[in-house]
Amino acid sequence: MEGEIISLGIEGTADTLGVGIISSSGKILSNVVKNQPLTTGIHPREAAQHHAENMHLTVRKALQISGINLKEVDLISFSRGPGLGPCLRIAAVSARTLALMCKLPILGVNHCIAHIEIGRLLTGSIDPLTLYVSGGNTQIIAFEAGKYRIFGETLDIAVGNCIDQFARSMNLGNPGGPVVEKLAKEGDYFNLPYVVKGMDLSFSGILTAAIESTKKHRIEDVCCSLQETIFTMLVEVTERALAHGEKNEVMLVGGVAANKRLQEMLSMMTQDHGVQFYVPNKEVLGDNGVMIAWLGILMHNAGITQKIEDTTVLQRYRADDTEVGWR
Amino acid sequence: MTTEMIGKGAEANVYLYGKIIKKERISKSYRIKELDTSLRLKRTKREAKLMSLARRAGVPTPIISDVDIISCTIEMNFINGKKINKLLPIVSKNERRELCSKIGNHTGKLHSNNIIHGDLTTSNMIKYKNKIYFIDFGLGDVSVSLEDKGVDLLLFKKALHSTHFKFKKECWNGFIEGYSKVYKDHNNVLVRLQEIEKRGRYFVER
Repeated sequence: MEGEIISLGIEGTADTLGVGIISSSGKILSNVVKNQPLTTGIHPREAAQHHAENMHLTVRKALQISGINLKEVDLISFSRGPGLGPCLRIAAVSARTLALMCKLPILGVNHCIAHIEIGRLLTGSIDPLTLYVSGGNTQIIAFEAGKYRIFGETLDIAVGNCIDQFARSMNLGNPGGPVVEKLAKEGDYFNLPYVVKGMDLSFSGILTAAIESTKKHRIEDVCCSLQETIFTMLVEVTERALAHGEKNEVMLVGGVAANKRLQEMLSMMTQDHGVQFYVPNKEVLGDNGVMIAWLGILMHNAGITQKIEDTTVLQRYRADDTEVGWR
Repeated sequence: MTTEMIGKGAEANVYLYGKIIKKERISKSYRIKELDTSLRLKRTKREAKLMSLARRAGVPTPIISDVDIISCTIEMNFINGKKINKLLPIVSKNERRELCSKIGNHTGKLHSNNIIHGDLTTSNMIKYKNKIYFIDFGLGDVSVSLEDKGVDLLLFKKALHSTHFKFKKECWNGFIEGYSKVYKDHNNVLVRLQEIEKRGRYFVER
């Protein structure tokens, strides 16, 4: 197509290495995700090693599936942050290498915004209030006055981390989300601490209480109560943000978004308010390279450029630190 | 007398009957029943209690005339003023600083009496005549802990960052000025506030 460009994106903020290729018309050419096999929490150095060892094969596989040649790529982008330093640096170094080797422009992008933008592209949502829930992130984000602003977030650990840590300490396996979801279906609810602070949330106390409660309750009941409690908290702050602002759409993204109970609760809440509810399909819900590649295209088309020496990683990169020139 | 629904917040419907406000915490279909009932009941009771405690501490609040724990409804007098979140962008710089200093002052009085508001944002404050009224104490608590007081301040600071980003600095400085004047333990709370911020996942110096 006339004027169409092709972008290759590298995702490497945590235990997922992702390489994706997408065209500026929004056609996904390939989306290869390579997860580090884990039985414990993420060890940053080991995750980085996994990414380094698998990088060239993953890039090659992404190119192969897309059926294009590296020479046909017009732009390289990578996840600049937020994330684990060692992992981010592997993604950054690989992206710089590709960019220098092929003499291509390079863009480091915000991982959280990438989740939102790929969601907007694929669901058709125009201006959503986004609940972003994963192993490393828990935020309520909306676009206002030129930036993606954070209306609520966790004050300590992420919701996915809470579920995973609980599952690991009960030897339920890793990642814990799907197992906890399954067990919760067989359980009955009992009270756990409910911690909403204004628009913000805290999960660390609930994690301790849930682990402690397994001494007295069946594991199924604890899973049910844990899910009901933390998901109700998430939906409540999303609802509060919805009541504050002027958004008519809610979008759910991130790894935890795959949970059917959370989807059901948000769907009920949005119906009560008469607003649209969107969840992107599973391939782009969790971390992936396509979303990085797509945000690269949006930034590139908005005329945003970065010099190679400015492509440093930002471990604590906030969504509201990015000037959004493409909306 | 006409009845009019004047607000549909996230957790409550607010009706106006003449000069009386009825705030009804409604049931939510997405919450399972046990949790729904316990949250509505706990917050209704808490709000009623904290509002009267706050007023005794010298912070203006509406006056409660009735609490119904079956329908989770609180009846109080209507404060026909302007919400601070609407006011801040349209007043002069001096007035803005004064408003924020007064808000800080009220917050200091609450904290001196170990009252935690729990949702300290500018949409939960109403200016009427020369007073600023605090409302929505449903997420509040009575607590002596620095942590709870620190989180209260953090919530206000973050509200400034997300809603009033244009004047966040001047507003925050005004707030701290008013807070420090009436609350003798203010330094310890401010130190704790920094600790809480650093614990966050994406802390950058603000």
